[in-house]
Amino acid sequence: MGKIVVEVMLKPEILDPQGQAVGNALPRLGFTFATSVRQGKRFEIEVAGEPTPSMLADVERAAEEFLANTVIESFIVKVEK
Amino acid sequence: MRVGVVTFPGTLDDRDAARAVEYAGAEPVSLWHGSDDLKHVDAVILPGGFSYGDYLRCGAISAKAPIMRSIIIAAEHGFPVLGICNGFQVLAEAHLLPGALTRNADMHFLCTDQQLRIENNQTAWTNGFTSGQEIVIPMKNAEGNFNCDDATLDLLESEGRIIARYVGVNPNGSRAAIAGISNKRGNVVGLMPHPEHAIDLLTGPSKDGLTFFTSLLHSMVN
Repeated sequence: MGKIVVEVMLKPEILDPQGQAVGNALPRLGFTFATSVRQGKRFEIEVAGEPTPSMLADVERAAEEFLANTVIESFIVKVEK
Repeated sequence: MRVGVVTFPGTLDDRDAARAVEYAGAEPVSLWHGSDDLKHVDAVILPGGFSYGDYLRCGAISAKAPIMRSIIIAAEHGFPVLGICNGFQVLAEAHLLPGALTRNADMHFLCTDQQLRIENNQTAWTNGFTSGQEIVIPMKNAEGNFNCDDATLDLLESEGRIIARYVGVNPNGSRAAIAGISNKRGNVVGLMPHPEHAIDLLTGPSKDGLTFFTSLLHSMVN
């Protein structure tokens, strides 16, 4: 069984109030390391067998058309062991 | 005239939208997301709510529903479509309208009677207003912050496709205080606030919302 991961992030120019709220809460908990936090999504897609190039191309297309909204988000597709 | 009102799983405002259609003098026809049958309606409303629980992104899963395949084809041929709130999000996700609706800038769920200015009274859904008319209708959302790139905003401005803007304080951080936009032809309109909740003084802050629905009848008759 293989695993394909799609990670989706808001583009840098898009305001991320969720990430900001998380970033503002960290210092209240004593964590002072962050200068900025942005929040994204991660999809773990299980497939039968090793992912093939054509399967990865399909995942890429699904990410482009559905998993991400490329008006506001960017994505990366990767194979995970 | 028959006006379809689509119900997705999680839609809330389909009954109010149907009631508004009736108040305007047309026949509301219930449409189901899982069927591609438009039942010979003359126009369609995508009502507000939390279709598919806002999973993935607001409107993202609904935009791929079977009924949307038929609506997209019809809309490209001039068929009138109004998306209200979640319906606007569905239209953006379906690429019938540009841009995207993102989380309100201050993270709050907004629920208020909102003042708007009608900027374009030439569309299928706004022709009963006077240009620049100010109206008050309810608004209730957490993801009403309209976003688009500079080129898209310039296009919307230059083509007069911003149909309504927020008056006074921008409530959610929308670019150019945009409350609603249309496609180039003016048959597809998306609006974040809720005209269907403002058709009767007994249940709404005004009757201003009714004009969106009577505008449709007017545009179909002419």
